[in-house]
Amino acid sequence: MTAIDPTAHLTAEQIEELGRELDAIRDEVIASRGESDAAYIRKVISAQRKLELVSRGVLLFSIFPPAWLLGTAGLSVAKIMDNMEIGHNILHGQWDWMRDPKIHSTTWEWDHVSPSEQWKHSHNELHHTYTNVIGKDNDLGYGIMRVDEDQKWHPFHLGQPLWNFLNACFFEYGIAAYDLELGKNLHKRRRNNPEFRARARAVGRKIRKQVLKDYVIHPLLSGPSFLSTLAATFTANLVRNLWTHSVIMCGHFPEGVQVFERRSIKGETRGQWYLRQMMGSANISGSKAMHFMTGNLSHQIEHHLFPDLPSNRYAEVAVKVRALFEKYELEYITGPLPKQVFSAWHKVFRLSLPNKKPAVRTPDREQELAAA
Amino acid sequence: MTNVALRGRAWKLLEMVTTPLLPSDYLDLVSPLRAGADLRGRIEAVHPETDDAATVVIRPGRGWRGHTAGQYVRIGVDIDGVRLWRAYSITSPTSRRDGRLTITVKAIPDGKVSNHLVRRAKPGTLIQLDQPTGDFVLPPAKPAKVLFLTAGSGITPVMGMLRDTEFDDVVMVHCAPKPHDVIFRDELLGLDADKKLRLTEVHTDTDGKLDIARLDELVPDWAERETWACGPAGLLDAAEEYWTGHGVPARLHTERFRPAVVVTGDGGEVTFSTTGRTVDADGATPLLDIGEEAGVLMPSGCRMGICFGCVTPLKAGAVRDLRTGEITEAEPGVLIQTCVSAAAGPCDIER
Repeated sequence: MTAIDPTAHLTAEQIEELGRELDAIRDEVIASRGESDAAYIRKVISAQRKLELVSRGVLLFSIFPPAWLLGTAGLSVAKIMDNMEIGHNILHGQWDWMRDPKIHSTTWEWDHVSPSEQWKHSHNELHHTYTNVIGKDNDLGYGIMRVDEDQKWHPFHLGQPLWNFLNACFFEYGIAAYDLELGKNLHKRRRNNPEFRARARAVGRKIRKQVLKDYVIHPLLSGPSFLSTLAATFTANLVRNLWTHSVIMCGHFPEGVQVFERRSIKGETRGQWYLRQMMGSANISGSKAMHFMTGNLSHQIEHHLFPDLPSNRYAEVAVKVRALFEKYELEYITGPLPKQVFSAWHKVFRLSLPNKKPAVRTPDREQELAAA
Repeated sequence: MTNVALRGRAWKLLEMVTTPLLPSDYLDLVSPLRAGADLRGRIEAVHPETDDAATVVIRPGRGWRGHTAGQYVRIGVDIDGVRLWRAYSITSPTSRRDGRLTITVKAIPDGKVSNHLVRRAKPGTLIQLDQPTGDFVLPPAKPAKVLFLTAGSGITPVMGMLRDTEFDDVVMVHCAPKPHDVIFRDELLGLDADKKLRLTEVHTDTDGKLDIARLDELVPDWAERETWACGPAGLLDAAEEYWTGHGVPARLHTERFRPAVVVTGDGGEVTFSTTGRTVDADGATPLLDIGEEAGVLMPSGCRMGICFGCVTPLKAGAVRDLRTGEITEAEPGVLIQTCVSAAAGPCDIER
C-alpha cells in the first residue's frame, strides 16, 4: 500500500474496457492453441526425462569429480524443469485442453515434497484468486515475513532475512508446510482435525518417497559412489530450491508491486480483478533460456492475468499486455534477475525493522469508485 | 520365491527409483508399443478406398489381444493437439499374418477424426488403442444361410466377417449413392465373380432409398437367413420392424453407428466432484461435452453410446438418456454413459 494509488487516474469505465481488451487477448490464444503447442510440451517433458535419466546415470560414477559436476548440474536443471516449466504449468491446467491423461492437472505428480493436489489448492485457488491481498494471500511473506509497511511490526520480524534464507534453501519443505497451513493448523484445537491429519499424512508419504529416492536408493545404486551421489542429489535439490525461491520472490516482492487491503476486493469486477493482477505482479527480463528456466514465470504479470494459458505463449502475449500498460499509463515492473532479486531481498531487510506509518493512506477502492 | 513375485519386487524397487513418475514413463520414451505399456498402435499406411473413405493399417502394441470378426476398436488420435477418441469397425481378417489390423474410415461432413484419418493421417503416427469389443459378431457355428444388409460405411464390420470366414451361402444387399461410392467394390465384385458371394447393389442416387419390402424380390428367402445389418438408423429401424412383423426378430443382428436422439428438456447444475468443478448444463447437451468444456478430463469413445468408453459413476441427481428419454437416478454403483446422457436436474458426476 503505497501512499499514492498508481491506478487512481483510471475511471471505472476504463477499467472495464481494459478487462475486455485482456479478454480479447486471451480468446485469441485459446482459438489458436493447437498441434505445435502440444508438440512443445511433449518435447519439453521428453527432454526433461532424458536429462534426468542421463544425469542419474552419470552420478552412478560420482566418485570421479567430473562425473559429479556434470551429473549434479544435469540433475539440478532437470529438477528445475520438472518444477517450473512442466509441473507448475501443468498443475495450472495449462495443458488440460489436450485431453491427454498423462499430461493433465488432475493426474500430474511432480518431483517436489508437496503433493500436487494440496499445492493446487493453496496456489491455484488461494494465491491466484486473492493475489496480494493482505490476510487472504498467504504467498505474501508466506506467513513468516512482513512485506508491507502497513503490516504490524513484531520483534519476530527482525529475523526475517534469516527465515527467508532458510526458506530459500529448503523451499520445497517450506511450500509443503505452507500448503498444509501448518502455522494455523498446529494450533491445539486444530491439529486433531481428521481432514488436516489426512493431508499431513499425504505430505508425510510424499516426503518419504522423495527422500528415499534421492538420499537412499540412488546413493545405494551408486555403490562406492554412495556418499558423493548423496551429496550430488542434496546439491541438486538445494540449487533447485534456491533458484525457484528466487524466481518466485521476483514475482510479487520487488519494490513497486502493490498489495491490497481485504476490503478493497469486495464486489470486485472482472476489470478490477485484472487490474489487481497487473499491479500485483512483476516480471523478469532476459533471454529465451532465462524464460524457459523460470518456467515462463519471468512473465509473471501475464501468468497472473491468464494462469491457464500455455506457458509457451506468454512471450507473445507479453507484447500485447505491455502495450495495454502503456495505453492505460500503468507501470510495468520488470528487470533483469539480479536486479529483481536484489530488490525483493532489500524489501525483506527493510521491513524487518519497524517503520513509521505512511503519512497518506490509500483511499479504499470502493470509495474511489464512488468518487469516479 | 516365484518368478512372478520376484518380478513384482523388482518393479516396486524400480518405482522407488523413478518416483513420482513410473518406470513406464521412461520406457515409453523408447518403446511405446512394448508389452506392458498402455495399449497403443502405430499407423503404418493409409490406403484410399473411395473419394471419402480410406483404410488405415495399424501395428498394435504387444498387449493387443486380437479381435473377432465384426468387432470394433476405440482409437485415440491427437488432432490439433487434442486427443479425440472414436470407435471404428475392424476390417482386417483375424488371421492376418503380420499382426496388423485395419480400420476403414469414411469421412463424414464436419467429422474431425474421420476427415483427419482419411485425408491427413501420416504413417508413423502413434495413436492410442483399446482392446477390440462389440457383439456384432458371427456365432461360433457358421450359419448355413447368411444375409448381410448394409449401407454406406455400415459395410465395414461386415467386410471384416467376409474376409474372415468363407460362407456356403451368403447374400449381400448394399446401399450407396453411386457405384463409385461403394467401399471395397472391386473386392466385392471379385467375390461375386468367384461365386463366393451374391452381391446386390442399391444405388440410392438413381434407385432411391431401399424400401425394405423390396427384400422379398431381391432376396426371396431372406426370412430363412441369419441376417447382420449395419447402416443408418432409418434402415435399421425399418429392418427391425420388418423382421418383427414377419415373426423372425431373432434372426436379425444390428449394429448402430449413430444413436437416434430424442429431444428433451430440463438441464441443471452439474458438479464434477473429483475435480471440484460446477457448471450449468442444458437438457440437450451430453454431459461428456459439458465436462470437456469445463476442462474436466472425461473418458470418451465413440460419442454415440455404443462403446461404453465413457461410463462414469453418477453420485447424485438424475440424468436423461438422449436416445430414449429414459431417466436414470443416482444410486451406489450406478454408471452412466456421459456421451448420451444429459442433466435432468442437478447432478454429481464422479470426475
